[in-house]
Amino acid sequence: MSIKQLEEASVELPKGILRQRWYVYAIIVVLVLLVLVLATSIGSVSVPFSTTFSILADKLPFVDITPTWSVNIETIIFDIRLPRVLMAGLVGAALAIAGATYQGLFRNPLADPYLIGVAQGASLGAVIGFLLPVSWNLAGFGLIPLLAFVGALLATTTVYLLARVGKALPVTTLILAGVALSALLSSIVSYLVISSGESMKAIIFWLMGSFALSDWSEVGIVLPYVAAGVVVITLFGRMLNVMQLDEEQAQQLGVNVERLKIILLAAATLITAASVAFVGTIGFVGIIIPHAVRLVWGSDHRSLLPLSVLIGAIFMILTDLIARTILSPTEIPIGVITAICGAPFFLYLLRRRKKAIF
Amino acid sequence: MIELEMQKVSLGYNHHPILRDMNLKVSPGELVGLIGPNGCGKSTLIKAFSHIINPMSGRILVDGRVISVIPRRELARLVGVVPQIPLLPSTFSAFEIVLMGRNPHLGLFQSEGPRDWNLALQAMQKTATQSLADRRVNELSGGEIQCLLIARALVQETKAILLDEPTANLDIGRQVEILDLMKDLCRTQNLTVLAALHDLNLAAQYCDRLVLIHDGRIHAEGKPSEVITNKNIKQVYGAENCVYTHPVNGLPIVLVGAARK
Repeated sequence: MSIKQLEEASVELPKGILRQRWYVYAIIVVLVLLVLVLATSIGSVSVPFSTTFSILADKLPFVDITPTWSVNIETIIFDIRLPRVLMAGLVGAALAIAGATYQGLFRNPLADPYLIGVAQGASLGAVIGFLLPVSWNLAGFGLIPLLAFVGALLATTTVYLLARVGKALPVTTLILAGVALSALLSSIVSYLVISSGESMKAIIFWLMGSFALSDWSEVGIVLPYVAAGVVVITLFGRMLNVMQLDEEQAQQLGVNVERLKIILLAAATLITAASVAFVGTIGFVGIIIPHAVRLVWGSDHRSLLPLSVLIGAIFMILTDLIARTILSPTEIPIGVITAICGAPFFLYLLRRRKKAIF
Repeated sequence: MIELEMQKVSLGYNHHPILRDMNLKVSPGELVGLIGPNGCGKSTLIKAFSHIINPMSGRILVDGRVISVIPRRELARLVGVVPQIPLLPSTFSAFEIVLMGRNPHLGLFQSEGPRDWNLALQAMQKTATQSLADRRVNELSGGEIQCLLIARALVQETKAILLDEPTANLDIGRQVEILDLMKDLCRTQNLTVLAALHDLNLAAQYCDRLVLIHDGRIHAEGKPSEVITNKNIKQVYGAENCVYTHPVNGLPIVLVGAARK
């Protein structure tokens, strides 16, 4: 057959291989926006959903709504709650896609964004920041986020250099080096925490993660990292599928495996580090959200990656909402909520679907 | 149409050579069989021709170019590989595995279209695997997977195909089908085919030329009747007086245990 005939021939695709339809994404995007407005409405001062919607819509370009609300309400919604909700969405998206990337790259369902040292590196950096008797603010980067970010990148770079054999980066060596270095850093962090005296509570709170301090300047720093990382990673969805075979076959099918590893590791590590630096080491999201997406929508990375972004954002916004409202005015560390709410739901999905997902 | 060539190539792992000073050339339209005992380096040679391993010395040329300077994506459009049955991830359907052969033809911003789907379905027809299309690959038998991998290599639309024991798990009907298909592609599309084969009789029946590897070197090379001789088989495999002549086509056949002592 000629090329033209091939293109025109009607194709009857086998069942079950169709990719996600566009409306799946559309529905979930709308859901993200609804959750965003909902979470912005709810808090110690309750604002009607419609008012929140109007306040937020008014901020969009070309939309002008006559205010029927007080300036205080607008400050609460726009300057206090919205950046916090956005930050939760960004971090949820970042951790979920980073988890999906590591799982795919390492062909290991137990991989999470913290596997190769990001979390322990960031924790050590942050703890040092808490214990230093100084503080400063460098273009929106406070001392603690800055040290956490640097710590995360230093730790993963060390793991990467340790695991490298010549030009190749064997995945098993990388995981083992990550686990070993994380254990080392973790013990240093533990020692620093118990000898930290009066800042102990603040440190433990940071380690379990919180969005309480998120403001617009932090959103402004994290957003470009996450946006760029998400775009880069989603471009490589098809190659990640091919990588699920094995590295040899992937190479024979035209994937530059070593380059792909470096690009994806760098992207996933940067977005994780940027998130962790500002909100602490929130667990569970990065490992569970990608699996939940696999259970519902299948394992094709071309849909798995973007859907993880959206579902990760929804999940994190909702868990942060619970963390700050359920025992209001006391806040619960978000790391507690992610597992308490997420684990039962995930186990339900796991029981419902028996098909192999990994 | 491309030529595969090795010039004084030594291959091995961890500085320990398995093959030494190999000189080998496979021309377009030629079906060349690699034969030799277990562990003689047939698979290693195939890995070298797909740039999975680098030679310890010497030059490997694909289409006259040194293999290490050809980018992966381009190499995968020149040379396709059918590996020995690998473990395939259970999450993919047979059709998706075959479709992965299109990867080297698609850019970062592209995804498969009707042409790719049709190519995949055609390749599955040629290898009699179309009925497996929506089955998960972990449910398939070794022989079925082997045929799928051949379909995947066809979908790659390469100018050369390397096969590592392509018939090892196939029943006799499938063996003939697959080798007929390869022979046909050689003749009609001038494909360059290099196949590592265990079965000396299939190798003798189908290959234009055989390369017998033994002790890290090419022990004999040439037409099947020149390579499969009592003397060579005795030296390499230790089996005595087992080469006969096919009653119909006059090619050599190997019958172990038939010689009366």
